Amino acid sequence: MTDSHTNASAAAASASPGAELALEVRHIDKRFGAVHANDDVSLAVAKGTIHGLVGENGAGKSTLMSIVYGYYQADGGEILIDGRPARIDGPEDAIARGIGMVHQHFMLVDTFTVLENVVLGAEGGALLAASFKSAKVELERLERDYSIEVDPEALVGELPVGLQQRVEILKALYRGADILILDEPTSVLTPQEADHLFRILRALKDQGKTVVLITHKLREIMALTDHVTVMRQGRVVANVETAATSREELAQMMVGHAVLLRVEKQPAEPGPVLLEVEHLSVVDHSGVQRVRDVSFHVRAGEIVGIAGVAGNGQSELLEALAGIQPIASGRIMVKGEDTATARTARSAKLMRKLGLGHVPEERHRMGLVIPFLAYESAILGHHDHPLYSGRVLMRRRAIMADVVRQMHDFDVRPADPQLLTSSLSGGNQQKLVLAREMERDPEILLVGQPTRGVDIGAIEFIHRRLIAMRDAGKAILLVSVELDEIMSLADRILVMFNGGIVEVTQGEATEQMLGLMMAGERVASADAGSVQAPS
Amino acid sequence: MSRAAAGGAAPIWLTHALLPAVNLVVAFVISGLIIALIGEDPFEALNLLVVGAFGYPGAAGFTLYYATNFIFTGLAVAVAFHCGLFNIGGEGQAYVGGLGVGLVGLALTGWPFPIVLVVAIAAAALFGAAWAFIPAYLQAKRGSHIVITTIMFNFIAAALMTYLLVDVLIKPGQHSPESREFAANTWLPFIHEILAAVGIEIGTSPLNLTFVMALVCAVLVWGFVWHTRWGYEIRTVGQNQAAAVYAGISPSRNIILAMAISGGLAGMLGINEILGVHHRLLLDFTAGYGFVGIAVALMGRNHPVGILLAALLFGVLYQGGSEIAFEMPTVTRDMVVVIQGLVILFSGALEHLFRAPLLALFTGRGRARSAAE
Repeated sequence: MTDSHTNASAAAASASPGAELALEVRHIDKRFGAVHANDDVSLAVAKGTIHGLVGENGAGKSTLMSIVYGYYQADGGEILIDGRPARIDGPEDAIARGIGMVHQHFMLVDTFTVLENVVLGAEGGALLAASFKSAKVELERLERDYSIEVDPEALVGELPVGLQQRVEILKALYRGADILILDEPTSVLTPQEADHLFRILRALKDQGKTVVLITHKLREIMALTDHVTVMRQGRVVANVETAATSREELAQMMVGHAVLLRVEKQPAEPGPVLLEVEHLSVVDHSGVQRVRDVSFHVRAGEIVGIAGVAGNGQSELLEALAGIQPIASGRIMVKGEDTATARTARSAKLMRKLGLGHVPEERHRMGLVIPFLAYESAILGHHDHPLYSGRVLMRRRAIMADVVRQMHDFDVRPADPQLLTSSLSGGNQQKLVLAREMERDPEILLVGQPTRGVDIGAIEFIHRRLIAMRDAGKAILLVSVELDEIMSLADRILVMFNGGIVEVTQGEATEQMLGLMMAGERVASADAGSVQAPS
Repeated sequence: MSRAAAGGAAPIWLTHALLPAVNLVVAFVISGLIIALIGEDPFEALNLLVVGAFGYPGAAGFTLYYATNFIFTGLAVAVAFHCGLFNIGGEGQAYVGGLGVGLVGLALTGWPFPIVLVVAIAAAALFGAAWAFIPAYLQAKRGSHIVITTIMFNFIAAALMTYLLVDVLIKPGQHSPESREFAANTWLPFIHEILAAVGIEIGTSPLNLTFVMALVCAVLVWGFVWHTRWGYEIRTVGQNQAAAVYAGISPSRNIILAMAISGGLAGMLGINEILGVHHRLLLDFTAGYGFVGIAVALMGRNHPVGILLAALLFGVLYQGGSEIAFEMPTVTRDMVVVIQGLVILFSGALEHLFRAPLLALFTGRGRARSAAE
């Protein structure tokens, strides 16, 4: 780790001589509470190049670029633009210095036309007619130069996502951007749209613009970039010329060799199948298919891990299993029984009754009610249990006693059920959720991102509890974007990409191979023995 | 206290006692300036306010009679608010609740009073709940915004009542749109009558048995919201719908339940006005109490204790305010509405105006001074 880091610094330094630099960051440091999001990050982007920034979720890529664009202020370090130190206190400073950003989630007004959106915030006068006129001329020039075709009179809300993204790019260029930062630009695009985007980016580069591409997709890095910086856990681990590296090497650097958290565990002794999923598809409320014909099973006494980059359908799969998301087709069988044949609507309540526990991916959004007192959050979903509630009144004293017991059992600190949920730290909040879901002794436990935003000590504790639960003969389905976590906990690994699932046999799975599969790479036929398509 | 200290949030005495008090004082100071501006003595006005509200036999009774209405409508707004719903329709729900009471009063001539009372309470709650149910259903199942629909239902209620009183329920041979007077067996006893029966003489006022019901309702609401699983579910839906769905709690069911209870509470106002005071069905007996209930709930922080205090304050403003209007010719009835408006403005719309400075003052420089407040 230390070695690769020093190498990286050397690489960063060596990339600079000769070439003229458009953007350079030096020793950027940023903490969010206990999380060290950027740890001494340095990188240099040469003028007129496309620079890739890769890393897993939470590696610190977006944080770094948010600092460059002025959303966050770095705790330490400096930013240089065109070789001169720049103080960037907000996006308006960044825009003034020629930096443009295209966000993963577009910042457009749906009910405005393309032209109105492009001009928005850069009207240059009280009367719109004049600025629209000059903007139209400028837009036509931009379209000609970079082959970015969009109808300026179209309503943005009626455009497909790919075209909306072009509007974002036009917006940045209209404001005179010389450095364009794109954050996961292809995550919402079809492959064809992505190809068109790449053509535009190459055209930008040919015209002397500088592009920084944040992505976790190795295909894009290899196809498009000149240089690539790899980040892991807030640090730069490599800074290399794209031509001098390979997908395999990048994947390896992305996930890292050192697995920090190995958990002591015996080999699994799987029992009967408790959870079985057959040809499950999930379509979200906006009509996008998130889970595509997925089949797998989880047996008693094993942990099945689902690896994948966030947004590939894991969340929807987990919520469908928990009875929250409706399913489009397929079957979910619990202990051999189809959950849909129980004619009561498949709801979270029913799934709990069937013996499912569910630790949701986002405790703030779903797992807890943040304004509630801790004991109120600690009974969520179990509040109508006879232990907690009589016929009319809730059994306050029994609730308190039970929650205190759970808090001690799961080492929630401080173990005071009268505290506000919001006053607990992330790790303690997460332990509160785990305690709630595990203490009911469910036969099947669905766990999403159990250690997201949790400090190291709590991570270890949570991992040990999950293993203990497995050893007690429970079936555990673990969804995590942390590859380390999947590797160290799971007895079997499934990789989810674009809604589909591929199973990997444990032992033969390497981090590098998983990294490639998570990035949607078809693993070469030489490795095919270790990769099985779901039957 | 401990939860405030650990959370780093504002201490509870500051948000729930000092802040409302400061807001109120500011509202009164500005009211005083306005009264001074039109050439009257603000201290004299304040004196009239207090004397009018408490200072003569029966004055306190009037104050509490108004407060009764505000307790019901304040509780109604609060219950809906705990489910994340802004029920602006208390006015209409109270109006329709009163219709239910009026029909009972007209129908149960000669029945024993306890039966009349029970049936009237049921009718008030049911009619009010039914009027709230329709917007609730539209919100829960169709996503129609509850603020819009409840406002519109106020107008529909007004039109419905006008039609019924002008064309259907009007006493034959009479011009004013009112029903006939109910038989005396249906009338709720006044408090001064009850006390006189046990030998205590107080001044006559419209204060009646409904005041006791309002206090009971406040206790019931407190128990329901914080000590039953239904209240827990409603609060969960109000605070975090995704968490509610995760927990197997149906948001639409709870939206409908909370609104029905809210409407039922508003409807209870009809008991006070129709069965307690007017003893006949008439137009506009709600007189804006439903809207003031929003301010009462806001000021009372949606907690029954706070609502009781806020309802009492508005009772004072109503009763003492009419005294000012009566005694000071330049201060019209409309001026009193301005004062009430200022109280609503500062304790409702601008409730956090002084939060940050007070917080800095008291948590930044130690707590020694808090004792002084």
